[in-house]
Amino acid sequence: MELDKGADQPSPIEFRLDPASGVPTYLQLVQQVEQALRMGWLTEGDRLPRVREVVAGLAINPNTVLKAYRELEHRGLAVGRRGQGTFVRGLPAGVVPLRERAALRRGLLDWMRSARNAGLDEGGMVAVFEDALRDLREGRDGVVA
Amino acid sequence: MAADTVIDCGGLGKRYRRSWALRDCNLAVPAGRVVALVGPNGAGKSTLLGLAAGLTLPSEGMLSVLGGQLPGSPEALGRIGVVAQNASLYPGLPVRDLLRMGGHLNRRWDGARARTHLDGLGIPLDRKYGRLSGGQQAQVSLALALAKRPELLLLDEPLAALDPLARHDFMAVLLTAVAEDGLSVVFSSHAVNELEQTCDYLVVLGGGRVQVAGEVDDLVGGHRMLTGPTAEADELAARLPVVRDRRAGVQSHLLVRTGGVDAPVSGGWRQQRVGLEELVLSYLREPAVSALPGPRGAVRTSEKAMLS
Repeated sequence: MELDKGADQPSPIEFRLDPASGVPTYLQLVQQVEQALRMGWLTEGDRLPRVREVVAGLAINPNTVLKAYRELEHRGLAVGRRGQGTFVRGLPAGVVPLRERAALRRGLLDWMRSARNAGLDEGGMVAVFEDALRDLREGRDGVVA
Repeated sequence: MAADTVIDCGGLGKRYRRSWALRDCNLAVPAGRVVALVGPNGAGKSTLLGLAAGLTLPSEGMLSVLGGQLPGSPEALGRIGVVAQNASLYPGLPVRDLLRMGGHLNRRWDGARARTHLDGLGIPLDRKYGRLSGGQQAQVSLALALAKRPELLLLDEPLAALDPLARHDFMAVLLTAVAEDGLSVVFSSHAVNELEQTCDYLVVLGGGRVQVAGEVDDLVGGHRMLTGPTAEADELAARLPVVRDRRAGVQSHLLVRTGGVDAPVSGGWRQQRVGLEELVLSYLREPAVSALPGPRGAVRTSEKAMLS
């Protein structure tokens, strides 16, 4: 299998896991690659960590890593090359330019200030945000649960 | 039976004197998986592993391993590795001699692999087994089992006596072997919170019977936690298979089996997926409930469609 080292350079990133996050393991790996792409830590042509390396480092099921890499391929962010590994292909679709991102952040801050003025504490804000996000994800935005 | 199973049993039972340690056990565990065997003490986990390893004989029913092999047959023994509970190797022997012994006792033996494995962990080969730490002893047992290059590795509570770091290191070595060799693994464990990251197939035993068996993704995707008004809970429980039912005066939580889709409920109910840990704990708390099709609970590949 992929036993030759040295011939090609190591991957620029290393995965970590947050067992308390509640996010499925494969999705954590996917999100970390997306994040690394957004931050510019990964660029096109970079090799993602080998399955064996990830398994040895994190003690997770190899199928979980394969599932994450398949998902990255499905999203058009990575491409697998037989016997060589999985490589970065492009930027994620959800990435918005920095200027636009800053504007969205300002909008969120405005909302947070009005929430604080209305008497909501930080925990309350997180609860409202997560609740609304779930509705958005499930296509139930606008429906009062 | 099917060639792509590592453990295949029907009506399997094991009786010790008057009491049944395992009864009416029906399983078809597919090959190439990391299978976690979960259940309370006395649920029959060690019995099932012992039967599969060929260490004991069944009292009733049929059992084959590795696609039709008889457990304990020379063919099966050569292809199965076993790490017993409190793996009791000779404490007075240095690790090097244990490896030599393994080489003499097995037809297929990769001693270099075992030495590389133990060197990599800094375990001295001239140290007597009895003088190693618990984590190191577990690694030696694992190295011996993996040196056989088994197609199926059975481990009985390999993590029970290990500290968190040693558990992590043990699973890292085990799962790396899975990645490299594609071997199948069946291990029993009480560390339910660590299963989601390590296993991809789950078997829950309760009271000597199989309570849950299936792919982790199917199990996790096939359940929903419904939270809503207690006034409507009865109606819901009447038409959906409820695993666990917790009701307060106004609000109730019902864990239901939906088979991969959202449950058909009114807008007053919130439905969420649950993690493997919560799922396993719910089943363990409700020993009478099972996630298996059919009256006897056989889960065979051909019947998988019935699950959904």
